[in-house]
Amino acid sequence: MEWIATIAVILDSAIRLSIPLLCAAMAGLWSERAGVVDIGLEGKMLIAAFASAVAAFATGSAWAGLGAGILASVLLSLVHGFAAITWRGNQIVSGVAINMLAAGLTVVLGNAWYAQGGRTPTLEGGARFGDLTLPFAAAMREHVPVLGLFYDEVISGHGAPVYLAFASVLLTAFVLKRTRFGLRLRAVGENPAAVDTAGISVTGLRYGAVIICGVLCGLGGTYLAVSQSAGFLPHMTAGKGFIALAAVIFANWRPWPALGACLLFGLLDAIAIRLQGVALPGIGQVPVQAIQALPYVMTVILLAGFIGKSTPPKASGVPYVKER
Amino acid sequence: MPPLAIALSGISKHFGPVAANKDVSLSIAAGSIHGIVGENGAGKSTLMSILYGFYEADAGEIRIAGEARQIRSPADAIAAGIGMVHQHFMLVETLSVVENIILGAEGAAWLKNGVGKARAELARLAQDYGLVIDPDAIVGDLSVGLQQRVEILKALYRGADILILDEPTAVLTPPEADQLFALLRALKAQGKTVVLITHKLREIMDVTDAVSVMRRGEMVAHLTTAETSPPELAEAMVGRRVLLRVEKEARRRGKPVLEAVGLGVRDARGVELLQDLSLTLHAGEIVGIAGVAGNGQSELLEVLAGLLRSSRGVIRLGGRILNNADRSPAKLRKLGLMHIPEDRQRTGLVTAFSAAENAILGYQEDTAFGTGLFMSPSRIEAHARTTFNAYDVRPPDPGLKTAKFSGGNQQKIVLAREIERHPKVLLVGQPTRGVDIGAIEFIHRRLIALRDAGVAILLVSVELEEVMALSDRILAMCGGRITGERAAATADERDLGLLMAGVNERAA
Amino acid sequence: MSAAPIDLPRWADAGLVPLVSVAAALLVAGLVVLGIGESPLEATALLLRGALGSAEGIGFTLYYTTNFIFTGLAVAVAFHAGLFNIGGEGQATIAGVFAALACLWLQPLPGFLLVPLAILSAAAGGALYGFIPGWLQATRGSHVVITTIMFNFIAATLIVYLLVEVIGKPGSMQPETANFAGHAILTPMHQLLAPLGLKLPATPLNTAFLLALASLVAIWALIFRSRLGYCIRTVGANPRAAAYAGISPARITMVAMAISGALAGGLAVNEVMGVQHRLLLDFTAGYGFVGIAVALMGRGHPIGVGLAALLFGVLYQGGAELSFDKPGITRDMVVVIGGVIILFAGALDGLFRRFVASGLRLGRRA
Repeated sequence: MEWIATIAVILDSAIRLSIPLLCAAMAGLWSERAGVVDIGLEGKMLIAAFASAVAAFATGSAWAGLGAGILASVLLSLVHGFAAITWRGNQIVSGVAINMLAAGLTVVLGNAWYAQGGRTPTLEGGARFGDLTLPFAAAMREHVPVLGLFYDEVISGHGAPVYLAFASVLLTAFVLKRTRFGLRLRAVGENPAAVDTAGISVTGLRYGAVIICGVLCGLGGTYLAVSQSAGFLPHMTAGKGFIALAAVIFANWRPWPALGACLLFGLLDAIAIRLQGVALPGIGQVPVQAIQALPYVMTVILLAGFIGKSTPPKASGVPYVKER
Repeated sequence: MPPLAIALSGISKHFGPVAANKDVSLSIAAGSIHGIVGENGAGKSTLMSILYGFYEADAGEIRIAGEARQIRSPADAIAAGIGMVHQHFMLVETLSVVENIILGAEGAAWLKNGVGKARAELARLAQDYGLVIDPDAIVGDLSVGLQQRVEILKALYRGADILILDEPTAVLTPPEADQLFALLRALKAQGKTVVLITHKLREIMDVTDAVSVMRRGEMVAHLTTAETSPPELAEAMVGRRVLLRVEKEARRRGKPVLEAVGLGVRDARGVELLQDLSLTLHAGEIVGIAGVAGNGQSELLEVLAGLLRSSRGVIRLGGRILNNADRSPAKLRKLGLMHIPEDRQRTGLVTAFSAAENAILGYQEDTAFGTGLFMSPSRIEAHARTTFNAYDVRPPDPGLKTAKFSGGNQQKIVLAREIERHPKVLLVGQPTRGVDIGAIEFIHRRLIALRDAGVAILLVSVELEEVMALSDRILAMCGGRITGERAAATADERDLGLLMAGVNERAA
Repeated sequence: MSAAPIDLPRWADAGLVPLVSVAAALLVAGLVVLGIGESPLEATALLLRGALGSAEGIGFTLYYTTNFIFTGLAVAVAFHAGLFNIGGEGQATIAGVFAALACLWLQPLPGFLLVPLAILSAAAGGALYGFIPGWLQATRGSHVVITTIMFNFIAATLIVYLLVEVIGKPGSMQPETANFAGHAILTPMHQLLAPLGLKLPATPLNTAFLLALASLVAIWALIFRSRLGYCIRTVGANPRAAAYAGISPARITMVAMAISGALAGGLAVNEVMGVQHRLLLDFTAGYGFVGIAVALMGRGHPIGVGLAALLFGVLYQGGAELSFDKPGITRDMVVVIGGVIILFAGALDGLFRRFVASGLRLGRRA
């Protein structure tokens, strides 16, 4: 029975590790479905992580941290929107700029304010999102074999941002598929001229998408600093924004498959941590780095069209200019 | 007299220094099918884009159903009851038919009710007009004809009383076009007003009640279809211009140099752009292609120049059959086939480069311009200076950025570059498009001199008078085929206009 | 990059617009300094003194400049072909591995053979790692931007694996190789110049700086004087005209990415062979990304890249000195400036061009 408990622990850690990916992936999905390429997810999560830790420390409230994280991330989103939508600048260049800006600014400010090498002070008590225990978790664990254990260990016992992140997938899927805004958004990423001739503002839609992208990155960053960890560490996003980008590509820009990809990448990460220095029977020691590199390698192979076909929104990355 | 559906007066629109519409007035009766004809660039699409709110006119008044309207955006046009079917469909290919139809007219924040209403409306329209379509099909999977049907349904769903169609048959097969015309008649019977923009005279004669002719941004004629004829329309489109005279003596042509047999080209959608096209170019003659733009002339040039793969057919150059490896631009240049492309800014030049750098485009590997891996700027500049002087390029400054030269001087840079390489065959596309009068004369004289020197020249131009003035023989093209051949000495404009409209095809 | 819709005189386009955007970026940095309660003027004075006020400072400044010349040129060459190579970090990482392998495996060779071979090996490693994304774009249609991002992470995990499991120093817990032999490293500048009677303080500045200067000249010659450079610029400016001129855009894409990767390899030459004398983790330290700012600011021209690299060299060295005096201002400030420069000189180029154009018009009217 011990291996079941081990699996439960790995799955639990997989979920924790996949949350930042999930938020950033949904964020990227919104932006790119509207036709704005965003490689600045990383930077937005980073600035959100910093801002949320600062606010949570100052106010002692994790929720205030979440608000500040979202605000900071949306501000960077608007910078990206200003460059990419209003000034029709290069979206890749703008994304790179945002990543660097966030990487530098968080450390500079953190160091200036707290003088702890860029870290923020440790968050305690209500300044962190506590783990929520879902109803009947203990009872299920006691009375229902296996499933009860999984319910208590894997599903229950996470901070509020985790459940918000999962809700964001549901919401994204619903809004995209079933609402007017979602329909217009899907259309503007494929053929902005069609949206324009239907009498709808291309600029307005794209700014809307970019702001939602900022909100979701804000959630992801806040989770990192105020829920998963107890404060901000320099460069704590560590490439998660780019793995999220990979997940979006992998999912062909669709929400549910993106959830799957994020959980898969989170699981790979959890397994890599678990397997560190462990020799598997028959295989020997698996290099952890091979597992860590897997999402990136898989994305390259997918993009090259060796497995399946990746079809990004047709107008993504292209500023909209009325044709003569 | 029934009220006018559309009354435009004094519409003008400039794009920079270019006047796309000059003081255009137009009246269209309600419940009629009204054709607007003109050559490419005559200003038809601009006028309709103004009517649809895609551009705002610099001056002029728009009245819809008798009421003066400010149309500043497509939303205003839709509110005024105008629907438009663009030449390039404004559809989202990844969405379903019903999603495309309700886009912008969803009704409420939730799609559910809007979709339900659209389905009911689609069923009604299917019954009224026979416009049957699967509402859940993905638009990208539909045939071009059905996609156009979605565009029309989109307009009707928004309650359009006026339907504008921009070159609707350009992408349709003949049976699909016939279906479309039946639909337009049905719409008219229901009291809708239809505006049909086209350059195909046959369609005008078949389906319209009245027709307006545009030329060079101006409205030149308003005619009742029943009282006009294709020759009259062709003449109005092309215009009775001051005849261009080019001094040239009759020459005896030499041996065949370039032969093409049975060329065929298809685009990605399988539409035939060139069909079973054969032609022969002899040394010392200019063969002109007459045709309304978009009838396969561009593809013909590109196939012969090695820029486009043909799906079938054989090309012989100097008696030798060209295999695939030979049909690359670099190899063809070595074999003596030079090409002055139709669009100098998009294809013939790198406008961000200096004039001197453009003077060697395509000849960058030539040992005359440097040794080994490197180029010699002084030699390139000297070469540019010599040719610019010989071709009177102004200003004769090889260091100046090419974008800063006028159209005529840019064209001279291209012309000088290709002619100075002593071609055996020269493909020339739109040699004088956007070129001032002085330069036109210069370019024409150069081409004649080249022909007299024994070069075989293929000339493609939308300017019929240019084709007539320069050519020894004229081939008319329509729909990717050659519809007739005339000796330039005996050809007349009416006759060619009919061939260009494909009228010969019916007689044959 | 995107076409310039606003017509400006050449001097304004090449000089004024970058200057204005850099000035605006420094202004933003000044505001940040002000925001954390320090004086921007004092900080600037300290920074300049730290970077240029002593022979030692200048040595360090030029050592950093070396890195930025290589990574800036790498991005610039790709720009000329219309490509955006974000993979400088990864290409430099692989180049470092190749350099280290050459230094360790070919150790029996004499220095005059070993050092050039190791440099070539680094260039080859970087070129290979740049070529693959170019090849994937040319033949499989996968975009260079995304592929190079992914390749950065793949390189980062690969070097950990190699250092921990394969080529790490035996018996050491540190993820690094053994030190290279004394004849396998690049000569420090202060040693090189000592026989000439110049007594310079010991700094990391080494002969890789000379290689960087030579690269500036070589890339200028390649881009603006060679047939290949002509083809690269044609593909970058107008791929249709390139096809018309008989130039294969696919071939040029692969070649340009290989050259770009080889240049990024110069970073490894300076850091691994010139300074650290062993391969270790994270020696690329974000220099690859700053290279994007250098290339954008330098307008892709080697002279501009050289000047922009010098500016970042000053900022890096001065920033390090500044953070001694003012612990509140860390060197990450330079990363902020880099980010803002990329934003202003790259993504918001249109805004700054408009700004400069209207400024010029006002000036003319006055």
